[in-house]
Amino acid sequence: MRVLAALSGGVDSSVAAARMVGEGHEVIGVTMKLWEGPGGEAPTAGCCTVSDAEDARRVAGVLGIPYYVLDYTDEFADGVVDRFVADYAAGRTPNPCIECNRTVKFDRLLGHAEELGCDLLVTGHYARVEERGGTWHLLRGVDRSKDQSYVLTMLGQPELARIRFPVGTMTKAETRAEAAAVGLRTADKPDSQDICFVGQGDYRDLVRRLAPDAAEPGDVVDLTGEVVGSHGGVMDFTVGQRRGLGVSVGEARYVVELRPDRREVVLGRRDDLASDGALVEGMTWVSGEPPVARDGLSAKIRYRAQPAPVASMRHVTDGWEVRFEEAEPAVAPGQTLAVYRDEEVLGGGIIRRPVGQSSGWSSSASAAS
Amino acid sequence: MYLDHAATTPLRPEVWEAMRPFATDLWGNPSGSHTHARRAKDAVEEAREQAAGLLGCRPAEIVFTGGGTESDNLAIKGSLLRGGELAGLVTTAIEHEAVLDAAEWLQKLGGTVRHAQPDRDGEVAVEEVLELVDDTIGLVSVMYANNETGVLQPVTELAHTIRATHQGTLVHTDAVQAYGTERLDMDALGVDLLTLAAHKLGGPKGVGLLYVRSGTAIEPLLHGGGQELGRRSGTLNPMGIAGMVAAMELADADRGRTRRRVATERDAFEASLRSAIPGLVVNGETARRLPTHSHVLVPGVDQQIALIKLDRAGIEASGGAACASGATAASHVLLSMGVDAVAARTALRFTFGWTTKGGDGAKAAEAVAEALT
Repeated sequence: MRVLAALSGGVDSSVAAARMVGEGHEVIGVTMKLWEGPGGEAPTAGCCTVSDAEDARRVAGVLGIPYYVLDYTDEFADGVVDRFVADYAAGRTPNPCIECNRTVKFDRLLGHAEELGCDLLVTGHYARVEERGGTWHLLRGVDRSKDQSYVLTMLGQPELARIRFPVGTMTKAETRAEAAAVGLRTADKPDSQDICFVGQGDYRDLVRRLAPDAAEPGDVVDLTGEVVGSHGGVMDFTVGQRRGLGVSVGEARYVVELRPDRREVVLGRRDDLASDGALVEGMTWVSGEPPVARDGLSAKIRYRAQPAPVASMRHVTDGWEVRFEEAEPAVAPGQTLAVYRDEEVLGGGIIRRPVGQSSGWSSSASAAS
Repeated sequence: MYLDHAATTPLRPEVWEAMRPFATDLWGNPSGSHTHARRAKDAVEEAREQAAGLLGCRPAEIVFTGGGTESDNLAIKGSLLRGGELAGLVTTAIEHEAVLDAAEWLQKLGGTVRHAQPDRDGEVAVEEVLELVDDTIGLVSVMYANNETGVLQPVTELAHTIRATHQGTLVHTDAVQAYGTERLDMDALGVDLLTLAAHKLGGPKGVGLLYVRSGTAIEPLLHGGGQELGRRSGTLNPMGIAGMVAAMELADADRGRTRRRVATERDAFEASLRSAIPGLVVNGETARRLPTHSHVLVPGVDQQIALIKLDRAGIEASGGAACASGATAASHVLLSMGVDAVAARTALRFTFGWTTKGGDGAKAAEAVAEALT
């Protein structure tokens, strides 16, 4: 088969490509150029830096495969960065990696793979794609500590038929060992931790630069509405945040809600963070259909969360209402909710607002979105 | 098939032969005084005389440099910074980045920079340039032929007009794309400064020259040993210089034949491609352009993907402008010609050159049409 291997310059995608070469496929390596700063300066971290592209180029050289750089800076700026900034400005907590997967990697790049006559697109994600009885299934990565199925919920049947994740069956340690065995320079390269277009800086600086209007000062209030402090813009906060609130009271306080229309940051106690469920919009299902049986489901509400057992899930007017068996802390609008059954991802969408928050989540967040 | 001669060309075998003795015998530093030094110096000066003969100028008017980019930078910064005062620059919107970015840097230092715009065919009219020239302008820099479209610019007329009307203003031209097919005589051309690079004509990379008309004072960019009459310090590169001049001699001797051959193939290429691809646009088609260049817009293609397809099919071409990472970007040349940003992303550049053989044009068109349709 002819395979397009997306090479980020990291160890996972290097090994993914190497495995395809090892299986005897005709492999073409590409790196997506995603971002240059507003002044055209090169980014400093993550998958779109110049040095990472150079690592990818050298890996392709070692593997003996052709290698190209594809420029998606326009798509990335429109579909990922602008949205990231707009979300923070509206008091939401975005996941730009998911938007990049949705709008660039598994849309534009996948289309280009097909145009180049490639049967498959492979990436270095820790997840698995399996065909069972004529249906494609998306499964969690074998290495639970690295599982990235959460950022892939937007994939459906047409996409999964053309995507493979060759390191999804491996642990990270195995991936590194294999990279070393093949002689790839990325074997010991540290994992990228930062958002690629923010680098090691603070995302708030980027939001301020690109959306200066969002940095409007406002009040920090408690759940009774009493003003307990002030802030420099709701974009500086995310639901569940505990540090850097600028108020000192006896007990630990958390951001429980952001009200961008009133420029209010609402603080509460840990218990006030808990929600019974979430209203999810833009839900997509891997199989193309929502699950018929609603038992045994769990939901993950952020990348680092454990899937929480789902008590009920129903289609409502403006999305899906998912209720947890036990209240979940810090259900943040803008984050993705992924629905699982055991190992398998069934679908996902974006959290619009928590449901049944013990504090009584105001309607302002939904009005603002 | 190699159709990216405007980016670079393979070394001509005869050029390599001319360079070989410098790897074994002629390794001396031309700036020294002993035997090895003297022999290397003799070789460099002989090459300089040959180059001067080919360009119709005096040997002392040739400054050997590290390539086209350095020559452009030396011409622009060197002439505008002379005398400690920053004079103004008039250039065009279609120049190579070596000129545009040098100009932008001067602008940051507080200098005046004005850009003349091309017409839809990619030619910058003499009047468009002259309109921007006044007493504050120290240099006019207009390329001889555009590196993307190959469209020839009216440099001769411009140089003679400026010499007649603005005595204090120098004229520079970047002729990097042109030497292989155009005879360049410095007096006929009338410019004060001219850039050439060896690797575009079958010579080695990393060597170029700047013609500097007698009496033209320029500030050096590189200070040090005072080589090249103080205009470019740094140990001379005799092997590269010998290679460059050998490539110039060969290009000069073959020029008529090369012109006819590449023009025939380029024209056959465009004719076949046009009949195979409905809606194909040839940029600069009605302008005078180099016979080596074919810059086309292919409706509906994404140039990045098209270039990969072509490479897989054995056709090495380019999109026009390439950045260091290898990604392609919308061409500033096309945008300034009034091509919209979407169409600019459908641009492909095929450039013929010394490796082009009879029949290549038709063969290339067939392969391109098959890969892209």
